[in-house]
Amino acid sequence: MFDSLTTRLGDVLDRLKRRGALKEQDVEAALREVRVALLEADVALPVVRDLVAKVKEKAIGREVLKSITPGQMVVKIVHDTLVETLGGEGEDVMLPADPPGAILMVGLQGSGKTTTTAKLALRLKDREHKKVLMASLDVARPAAQEQLKILGEQAGVATLPVVAGQRPVEIARRAMEAGRFGGYDVVLLDTAGRLHVDEALMDEVAAVRDAAMPLETLLVADAMTGQDAVNVGKAFHDRLGLTGIVLTRVDGDARGGAALSMRAVTGCPIKLLGVGEKLDALEAFHPDRIAGRILGMGDVVSLVEKVAETVEAEDAEKLAAKLAKGEMDLNDLAEQLRQIRKMGGMSGLMGLLPGVAKMKNQLAQANIDESIVKRQEAIIQSMTPHERRRPQVIQASRRRRIATGSGTTVPEVNKLLKQFMTMNKMMKKVGKMGKKGMLRGGFPPMPGMPGMPPRF
Amino acid sequence: MSGQGWLGRLRAGLSKSSNRIVDGISSVFTRRKLDEEAIEGLEEVLIAADVGPATAAKLAGKIADTRFEKDVTPEAVRRALASEIAAILAPVAKPVGIDPAKKPHVILVIGVNGTGKTTTIGKLAKAMRDDGKRVVLAAGDTFRAAAVEQLKIWGERSGCPVISRPQGADSAGLAYDALQQAQRDNADVLLIDTAGRLHNKANLMAELEKVARVLKKLDPEAPQDCLLVLDATTGQNALSQVSTFREMLPITGLVVTKLDGSAKGGVLVALAEKFAIPIRAVGVGEGADDLKPFDADAFARGLMGLEA
Ligand SMILES: Nc1nc2c(ncn2[C@@H]2O[C@H](COP(=O)(O)OP(=O)(O)OP(=O)(O)O)[C@@H](O)[C@H]2O)c(=O)[nH]1
Ligand SMILES: Nc1nc2c(ncn2[C@@H]2O[C@H](COP(=O)(O)OP(=O)(O)O)[C@@H](O)[C@H]2O)c(=O)[nH]1
Ligand SMILES: [Mg+2]
Ligand SMILES: [Mg+2]
Repeated sequence: MFDSLTTRLGDVLDRLKRRGALKEQDVEAALREVRVALLEADVALPVVRDLVAKVKEKAIGREVLKSITPGQMVVKIVHDTLVETLGGEGEDVMLPADPPGAILMVGLQGSGKTTTTAKLALRLKDREHKKVLMASLDVARPAAQEQLKILGEQAGVATLPVVAGQRPVEIARRAMEAGRFGGYDVVLLDTAGRLHVDEALMDEVAAVRDAAMPLETLLVADAMTGQDAVNVGKAFHDRLGLTGIVLTRVDGDARGGAALSMRAVTGCPIKLLGVGEKLDALEAFHPDRIAGRILGMGDVVSLVEKVAETVEAEDAEKLAAKLAKGEMDLNDLAEQLRQIRKMGGMSGLMGLLPGVAKMKNQLAQANIDESIVKRQEAIIQSMTPHERRRPQVIQASRRRRIATGSGTTVPEVNKLLKQFMTMNKMMKKVGKMGKKGMLRGGFPPMPGMPGMPPRF
Repeated sequence: MSGQGWLGRLRAGLSKSSNRIVDGISSVFTRRKLDEEAIEGLEEVLIAADVGPATAAKLAGKIADTRFEKDVTPEAVRRALASEIAAILAPVAKPVGIDPAKKPHVILVIGVNGTGKTTTIGKLAKAMRDDGKRVVLAAGDTFRAAAVEQLKIWGERSGCPVISRPQGADSAGLAYDALQQAQRDNADVLLIDTAGRLHNKANLMAELEKVARVLKKLDPEAPQDCLLVLDATTGQNALSQVSTFREMLPITGLVVTKLDGSAKGGVLVALAEKFAIPIRAVGVGEGADDLKPFDADAFARGLMGLEA
């Protein structure tokens, strides 16, 4: 739906090739495109203005390197400016020196506070080995307290027993008391959703803060939020003194400009990202990834990192090239099934590519069952090297032999071969999409050049 | 034909057109176009209301071609733009209509997470009950914790029975049961809640399609309505939501919630131009009575920051 900024700027700036330093009037033309791209990504207008001014200052007079186009040069400057503004790589939630400490979760209705509360509780319990208590102060939304209780059971985290008729401030006090007596490290306070323009409810949450004296006050905001993000962020920050932001529904296809808006108006770090409805779908924040996403460059950096984590650099390059061309053979498949599994399975890997939504549909249709990967490995191991290179030669009798050899059935062998063909076809499509977008030269790890095409 | 003779009508017609000519000529001399700064200002008002840069530029372009009196006030200019916008929105402002021949008229309520589906069902149920209709609710969100309990409370508030199954049950199966039950009870309306889902999740979207498919086994025309609930706080992603959900199910209407906040919901203008899907109602609060018909004029004035 959106052209990536690189393509757009290419159109505006490519005529400037080999003209040396960027001049003011060239930059002006580019900045109009930058402005539109940021607005389409839902970055709030005042924030866009600031960013554009910063980019302009950095860009004018800048020598364009020989190896890249002026368009790419500007994209890099924009990207770096966004990363700078987003700031705060991987800042984690503070833990109390003198337990129990409270973490207060606030935000608009339906932004994801309750789910995030439970996700954070699970994270603190499992990763930091903290004893965590959750309490729901939401007496407004029907069954909200029940919701947190169920999530607590799922996460194996204690919740404060519900006392009917108590007001939020009373519940907060009771929670802190229970935290002290129960020897808890952290008390997570989930609150009712409220509009920042609702004076009475903003007063109420301020009173809760005064009662609980939280170590952290986290604004939970939806990644799909539009221009209002600045008003919401500012109002909650002015009133409560936020310490951090959690962005939810990052698993959607929103460009996520709200991250920039909120960060810019509150000055608070974005601490965590919600990436799904399940309780383990909470991730650390990486400014370069969000910057790439806002600019419509797909989450190529994450992909690069994930690949780098699990596969040797050279293998990654080969895999990337083959994946993109749809030239994988069964040898590669066997070798890489294992690595793919480590990277969160095919769907995990696919999810990181640009144009995710469409591919996900196709992926669902391709019906790649990740749990039977092991049996598939066995099947491939029962093939001859020749068969692995040229799967087309595997006819009926060979299929029977392979099935017997691997302790599987002929239908399973058939299925593997069919899936393999589908996957290859699909990858060819990704490769084509990549050519238009970011994956031009595959996606080898490029340390220091996050989200940039290989030519940088 | 009116009592006015043909000569009278001709005269009236002529004077209308000559007035127009006179107007046109005088405007060239006495009226002016807005300066660039003013146009840019208007464009920014639109962008800040989530209209989106492309639609904002288009609307501002239109106003740039309009000639105004020399002493026109900024407010009058904004009012002119508001009426442009109202004209785009007026054709899609259509409340939900219930087919009385259907027992029941089935309304499936869908949308991304947390937009206000369940609350909207509660509000609709209340309004329809007040209107004397027999309404049945189906707790089709079998995924989210306490979603069933939430709808049950709305059922009590509105005095409507709620058909449910335990959390984790198949939502299509539940929808089937509910329609069967509503048919047996000779209900007027069946409102089906669904779990919130992001439109880019193919498996969850397929599940939704299954709900619609299963309903057709009992009534080939069901669901008669499929309402997509959008949160006014959402920015340009609403376009992606509508276009993807629409590929899956025939969306017959939109409901926009949380317009009681400071978000203006301007993306509706782009949606109206692109998809022309009727806007059925707006949510303006958390209470049972906080659902209002969509008023194109008032909405457009709100976008432009004018008093309602
Ligand atoms: N201020 C305001 N809040 C609303 C409005 N509509 C819904 N809400 C609130 O938004 C929150 C989410 O509403 P729900 O009805 O549970 O939303 P949902 O779409 O069913 O959510 P999921 O089922 O979790 O996807 C609740 O706190 C509602 O009270 C509205 O028009 N204005
Ligand atoms: N896909 C997705 N859904 C989420 C995420 N966080 C929350 N949700 C869903 O959003 C809806 C509202 O969440 P909830 O925690 O009840 O919001 P609250 O009203 O702010 O407490 C629920 O359907 C959640 O399952 C996320 O990161 N990704
Ligand atoms: Mg909640
Ligand atoms: Mg719901």
